[in-house]
Amino acid sequence: MAAKEKPKFAMYWAASCGGCEISTLNIGDKILAVDEAFDIAFWPCVADFKVKDVEKYPDGYIDLCLFNGAIRNSENEEMAHLLRKKSKILVAFGSCASEGCIPGLSNLTTAEATLRAVYLDNPSTDNPKRVLPQPFTKVPEGTIQIPVFYERVKSLDQVVPVDYVMPGCPPEAHQIAAVMDAVITGVPLPPPGRSIIGAGNVAVCEECPRQKNVKRIKRFYRPHEITPDPEICLLEQGIVCMGIATRAGCGALCPRVNMRCEGCYGPLDGVEDQGANMVAAIASVVEEGSGPLAGIDEAELQRRIGEVMDTLVDPAGTFYRFNMAHSLLMRARFTGDSAEKGVA
Amino acid sequence: MDNAYEPVIIGFLCNWCSYRAADLAGTSRLHYAPNMRPIRVMCSARVEPQFVLKALREGADGVLIAGCHPGECHYVDGNIKALRRYELLKRMLRQLGIEEERVQLVWAAASEGNVLADAVNRMTEQLRRLGPLRWRETVLGGDGQMAEHTDEKVAEEV
Repeated sequence: MAAKEKPKFAMYWAASCGGCEISTLNIGDKILAVDEAFDIAFWPCVADFKVKDVEKYPDGYIDLCLFNGAIRNSENEEMAHLLRKKSKILVAFGSCASEGCIPGLSNLTTAEATLRAVYLDNPSTDNPKRVLPQPFTKVPEGTIQIPVFYERVKSLDQVVPVDYVMPGCPPEAHQIAAVMDAVITGVPLPPPGRSIIGAGNVAVCEECPRQKNVKRIKRFYRPHEITPDPEICLLEQGIVCMGIATRAGCGALCPRVNMRCEGCYGPLDGVEDQGANMVAAIASVVEEGSGPLAGIDEAELQRRIGEVMDTLVDPAGTFYRFNMAHSLLMRARFTGDSAEKGVA
Repeated sequence: MDNAYEPVIIGFLCNWCSYRAADLAGTSRLHYAPNMRPIRVMCSARVEPQFVLKALREGADGVLIAGCHPGECHYVDGNIKALRRYELLKRMLRQLGIEEERVQLVWAAASEGNVLADAVNRMTEQLRRLGPLRWRETVLGGDGQMAEHTDEKVAEEV
């Protein structure tokens, strides 16, 4: 008896670290159920497929495609277009594809400065001829081509329409298992159109077991400057915990082990800019200025509040750790010689 | 510099003091720069940093937030919250390459039409000197991609 044709599954990595694949394999025995339910149509990490194979598939051939990684160069973008065309359901899988993640932080500098840091200035780099990658290079056999390195890192949904977003750096294995379970057993997914799957719809604080009291922050601490009390809310202790501005789904893994939430599950519904909302939230709970205000020296008050804010080092890199490419401004602005230095 | 450039300022004015200051400036027939597009909000604390970023991305050259003097907030300390947010946002905008003059916070009581008018005049002049921001066109423009392959761009073998 001929087996019923199985639905097709694909997983691809663009500009990513490979952590999403590892997290997918972390679903344990369930990976066998995935293999049983799907035919793997394309998954460079675990099986030998070529782009040529994908190009030969009819449009919409792949039933479910998990796309992780940001769009950093022209190859990433080509693959995004190709897989969009060949997939019925395209999922922006993980923080890079959803919102740029760590690669997106390079939107705070220029492509030129990034290449220089990697190929020339890094102390461990040995590059005596000072060679930088060029998209096209002439060799005796002809011209060889490598992908063009883009000026700006983009999320997947900034280059092709995305059906679902599965946030997290990486998405937690239990969330992946639940989503795969739902797909395999035919539980209907929410309507497509950048809908969030595999995450909660409350803030990380809801999942965090720490004791929460009124917050009055006197100054901010970087993780190495303080040994946090293990029972009390980290933010109350002046540690810039992003939990209040971050979607739940991870089970508050980091705060449970005395580490601040860095915001990898992205903003909650209705929030366009996670970093800006973090500014709003955290500034409101600074203690400075909460005393009596009658006859106060306005300039002095502003100076004192500014001093507290100065203890929060690198606000853009902290608040946009995972969200820079998908924030309202998307990247920093460079004028004059700031472009060459790569410092806005 | 484009001679036709007129700075666009989005002004978030608090209902209780600064919007009334703007009203007073009008009824007192004060002449001041017509570059501010006022938006009335209930309190300067209503101004989310998202509003400021969105205004800048969507074409504003600057954003002015105006509220009651410290100690005079209709909601006791809303303006202090606005001040704290402003001080933090200012530091973040610096990292994003946005000049300090482009986002300003002023206190203008209902009786201070002249203070508000002066602030708008001063800011308009500052923005005139800085030039247009045009975020979409100049920062996000061209999608940030390099030009297509041309023969001149082919590097020799190294």
